[in-house]
Amino acid sequence: MKKFDRERVLLAVAGPVIALAVAFVLSAIVLIASGKNPVEPFALMFEQATFSDIQVLIINQASMYYIAALAVAIGFRMNLFNIGVDGQYQLAAMAAAIVGAHAALPAVLQIPLLLLTAVLTGAFWSGIAGVLKVTRGVSEVVATIMLNAIATSVIGYLWLPTVFGVKVGNNNTTGEMHESGWVPGIDMGEAGEIYGLVILAVLLGIGYWVVLNRTRFGFDLRASGASESAAAASGVSPKRMVLTAMLLSGAIAGLAGLPILLGDTHTYSLNFPTGIGFLGIGIALLGRNSPVGIAFAALLWAWLDKASPELDFHGYDKEIAVIMQGLIVLSVVVSYEAVREWGLRRQQRRVGAELAAGHVLGGAVAGAANTTTKEVAGR
Amino acid sequence: MTAVELAGITKRFPGVVANHDIHLTVRKGTVHALVGENGAGKSTLMKILYGMQKPDEGTIAIDGEQVAFSSPADAIARGIGMVHQHFMLADNLTVLENVVLGSEKLYGIGARARRKIQEISDRYGLGVRPDVLVEELGVAARQRVEILKVLYRGATTLILDEPTAVLVPQEVDALFENLRGLKSEGLSVIFISHKLGEVLSVADEITVIRRGTTVGTAVPAETTPRQLAEMMVGSELPTPETAESTVTDRPVVTVDKLRLAAPGGKALLDDITFTIHEGEVLGIAGVEGNGQTELVDALIGLRHADSGTIRFLGEDITALPTRKRREQGIGYIPEDRHRHGLLLEAPLWENRILGHVTERPNAKGVWLDPKAAQEDTRRIVTTYDVRTPGIDVTAASLSGGNQQKLIVGREMSHGPRFLIAAHPTRGVDVGAQAAIWDHIREARREGLAVLLISADLDELIGLSDTLRVIYDGKLVADADPATITPEQLGTAMTGAASGHLEHEEIPETSAGPSRSSESPEDEAR
Repeated sequence: MKKFDRERVLLAVAGPVIALAVAFVLSAIVLIASGKNPVEPFALMFEQATFSDIQVLIINQASMYYIAALAVAIGFRMNLFNIGVDGQYQLAAMAAAIVGAHAALPAVLQIPLLLLTAVLTGAFWSGIAGVLKVTRGVSEVVATIMLNAIATSVIGYLWLPTVFGVKVGNNNTTGEMHESGWVPGIDMGEAGEIYGLVILAVLLGIGYWVVLNRTRFGFDLRASGASESAAAASGVSPKRMVLTAMLLSGAIAGLAGLPILLGDTHTYSLNFPTGIGFLGIGIALLGRNSPVGIAFAALLWAWLDKASPELDFHGYDKEIAVIMQGLIVLSVVVSYEAVREWGLRRQQRRVGAELAAGHVLGGAVAGAANTTTKEVAGR
Repeated sequence: MTAVELAGITKRFPGVVANHDIHLTVRKGTVHALVGENGAGKSTLMKILYGMQKPDEGTIAIDGEQVAFSSPADAIARGIGMVHQHFMLADNLTVLENVVLGSEKLYGIGARARRKIQEISDRYGLGVRPDVLVEELGVAARQRVEILKVLYRGATTLILDEPTAVLVPQEVDALFENLRGLKSEGLSVIFISHKLGEVLSVADEITVIRRGTTVGTAVPAETTPRQLAEMMVGSELPTPETAESTVTDRPVVTVDKLRLAAPGGKALLDDITFTIHEGEVLGIAGVEGNGQTELVDALIGLRHADSGTIRFLGEDITALPTRKRREQGIGYIPEDRHRHGLLLEAPLWENRILGHVTERPNAKGVWLDPKAAQEDTRRIVTTYDVRTPGIDVTAASLSGGNQQKLIVGREMSHGPRFLIAAHPTRGVDVGAQAAIWDHIREARREGLAVLLISADLDELIGLSDTLRVIYDGKLVADADPATITPEQLGTAMTGAASGHLEHEEIPETSAGPSRSSESPEDEAR
């Protein structure tokens, strides 16, 4: 059995490694084409990663990417494409900011209240797309894109001073939240503070794995993603599963903006980070929807973000990092599909070869008993 | 004269079974049958001959001249034509358009092509009308169009891949008549099948392939089906006949006036009424597409009936969802195992969970129990002889027969009271077929009620206690499997007969029927 396990690890690693290598090479080609040194920018960026203050920035940024990517990944695991994570987390962060500014409970109640507000807002917003898909057959891709645009308008409306908005200079904000809703950071001394809700991101990752791999619901969800027809025949109600997955994805998406909201800004303003939901799609892809893979991908993305500003001081354009992110997504899609097919074929061949050699698990072939015991013991 | 000669063909990969040192000689003007279990390597061999794959070793000679094909186009140019098991026709085009499609250069697309089609059709007695839409044609007529398509491209050697799988007995006879016509015109036919009776009746020569290699050739006149089958599997031949009746009077499933309509209002199922008792196998015969799929869907809960009721162990389950039905003891062997029975890219043990995720040993409460599921998968693999090196390989890497054995094992492991078995041995080799029959028979002895749907009439007659014929969504006829012949059943399947089917040799006036079920031998005389 060991053999197949090693095989699986090889397959899991091969895709990202190939994709990253290709993306690095292509980025270098872009640099050469623009008459720049193709190696130095990377050297600079790697150097950045060794500074502890940049590391803190990377971890903080990665926590939000991670949550957003988990939200996307939940959808991917059952063939749903939730492009609306972006609108969901922004709207949810704003709702939490508004509640945080107007409610003043003790911290033990206030923080859960804010988390719950974000979860419900995110789920509500994605749930609209879910209901539309289940009842009217509207593609979730179209519905969530539209809902992103609507979310932007709703946010603009809520920012009006006559609604919940508070003008601070030229900036629109939702007013400062009560301190009981602030989540204290982890003090890293000179390097700064790591958001307290980084821990929430880690817990979500663990929860994601447990729910998908160790619960009946997770099995049904994965089965639906692997084969809708087989899942239906196995007793999964496809409509209910679509709606549940959509709600779950939105609920997680709702939390994506909270590390920075509760840990740093304490208000939802024009400066609040946007676009995390879209980046989450690429990160979920690169991380192959696995909680560990997504963690690496989120850190990689955050590194490209936080290390690239340094390039401007050395005569390079920091946009090289954005180009690289784009190239990674492109190569990921191609290399994963290639590796998947190669892996399937390779396994079929190996199974054929093993059977031809008489390695049958508990089969009628003489001597199979030996193989069986070995195999059981090997696990 | 030799039309095709394959010598020492070896193909290592890809595929589960490689070809190994295959020798096949097809003489001109003969029908040469290639028989073997599913997965024995017939398809790989034919793909090599048709230029879809290259052999690693060995030679192909056409008309005595050595050739190397790099694509089907090369094979077609040398006069090799393939009639696939699944027809490759566009429904919304006419026969003429389908035939000229891709070969417009040969005879144009107009009057010349039409004349040529007519000429071929007349010459070989195919009875093809060039200007009919393909969607208006039945299965047998479509097959003749496929044959004509191949002849139109100048084929002198035709490969027919399991051509009888989709036909009723009368149509099979007509096809064989056509094949004899081809042969008398000097064409050669390679006929792939695992229905031995047919092979013996139509072939001039038979090559048997087993485990990827040719194990011998036979001449029909000197061979019995039994000998042939033993050559094929290298062991004893299984028979589907069930020994003694185990039918009781305790109903398990009662379906009453079930009706299911398509969105347009056309009835897919109409007035379906039957009861299956403990220990009874109810066989449903019918040409594919007459409502079998819909009936199965309605019983397992994938579609809900528009009217009528389904009762299971006395309880009305008409409105229950699929999962509840499965939990209550309805087992399901789906018609299309890839679409409905397996997660192809998931490991075997996850496939063992599929469909029974709420039941032990797969789950404890809301939690999965992977250890127990894996342990039980090992048990199923051993008990049901699923040939696999382990339980962590994907379902896709197993051969069809082994996938099916896994499904049967899974469904039987939850003590079903009612089993829906749709084509349980389709695409399964003879060895696995016998094993699956045994499992069904054994469960039936223990009181299982089975709904059996099959295109294999021998299987249907052999396993069933009661037979019904479905035609156009209605149960039009019933028959006693002890007395019915495949031919009579075939007639009813085309809608030509209805009511209770009696053996023709019994005079209407005799008192025969009262004894019929006990002594089939008497009547056969």
